[in-house]
Amino acid sequence: MRADPTEYEFVAPASFVDAVQLLAEQPAAWLPIAGGTDVMVQFAAGTLGARKLLSIWNLPELRHIEVLPEEVRIGAGSTYTDLRRHETVGREFPLLTLAASWTGGIANQNRGTLGGNIVNASPAADSLPALLAYEAELILVSARRERRVPYLDFHTGYKKIALEPDELVRAICLKRRFAGYVSYGRKVGARNAQAIAKVSIAGLGRVEKGQVADVRIALGSVAPTPIRLRQTERVLEGRALDRDAIGQARGAAVAETHPIDDIRSTARYRAAVVGNLVGEFLETLGGATGHE
Amino acid sequence: MKTEISFVVNGERRSVRAYPMERLLDVLRQQLSLTGTKEGCGEGECGACSVLIDGELATSCLVPVAQAEGTSVVTIEGVAANLRFGALREAFLNCGGAQCGICTPGMMVAAVALLARKPNPTADDIREGLSGNLCRCTGYLQILEAVAEAARRTAAR
Repeated sequence: MRADPTEYEFVAPASFVDAVQLLAEQPAAWLPIAGGTDVMVQFAAGTLGARKLLSIWNLPELRHIEVLPEEVRIGAGSTYTDLRRHETVGREFPLLTLAASWTGGIANQNRGTLGGNIVNASPAADSLPALLAYEAELILVSARRERRVPYLDFHTGYKKIALEPDELVRAICLKRRFAGYVSYGRKVGARNAQAIAKVSIAGLGRVEKGQVADVRIALGSVAPTPIRLRQTERVLEGRALDRDAIGQARGAAVAETHPIDDIRSTARYRAAVVGNLVGEFLETLGGATGHE
Repeated sequence: MKTEISFVVNGERRSVRAYPMERLLDVLRQQLSLTGTKEGCGEGECGACSVLIDGELATSCLVPVAQAEGTSVVTIEGVAANLRFGALREAFLNCGGAQCGICTPGMMVAAVALLARKPNPTADDIREGLSGNLCRCTGYLQILEAVAEAARRTAAR
């Protein structure tokens, strides 16, 4: 049953600094809410544990994409629509733009935020495999300090993140070093929009002189967190993308994932799709660079 | 505790007293009697409660009314008062884009949001623009055709 709005407190600080200050005074008392696409769904279902909500929606410090010479810093409150409309993000980080286009429908993309997708920490979250592939770093801010952590180390387990109770995610940093990389992203779900992934992939790679110079493969919905396929990547390093290499990589990928049966799919189907997606990525990577 | 929330609704300044976590959907329907905005799923999946907030499509069931403070909200009633809406309404009529009618206001608001950004949408643009709106009557094709026809008629004027 839907929750009763009379039971909730709600504050909307005027600035990011004010929001962080409130968390410093009463850590863990307030649940941040941005566009509400996760929090309000829990509210609707009556499963929202928190009774005190701290609105960080539309704070200018968070809804800002900063293009620096070395990196792009995406404010955590940037929406999927903001990502899709940003020229530099689209050109240099197409896997992120693509993932943003997978999320929900247009209305969800207008309210859902990248920071929200990160802290909600679903293994099926659309944007997270792309963040793994680009080796994103997060800027976490509290009244005490500011720190920077690799996203890979931040998402520690099923719905678990290394965020202190007085911290907020301020920005997601992406190094501008992927010119010349081939990217491949695909989400397999029941339908294109408004569906949660059965399996999703973000593949990124570069082939030089017929051999894999760098390859990154990240998957969603096949483990308790989105994962990088390190062993599969190792199988491919320095190799030509021939039938043998692709076959071995497909096998390694299936061995490296731990899909489960759930409401959306089965472990068996997911394992088959993992192999196919990795295979398709590597064929794309080989084909895209084979004629240079 | 109830607070005062001020925003612009369909071009008029409005103030309501509401609990901050009341859904924008409920405030529109119950306090402002704008019942064209429908509730379907109540969890952002179906699009029946679609409105425009500062020109961007949103599902009003997922918006705490406190987050509407200072914004400009346009509901189907506001959209329908716009002269350019005529082409869309006629196209929905001609193409059989409405049957039971529950999804129709949300479909039209989503279509208006799409056409504002893309006056000459491709078939894929229309599918994407309406992808967050569910209809259990039409099978969608009539709705997609209606939006395409509305775009053509508007372009021809």
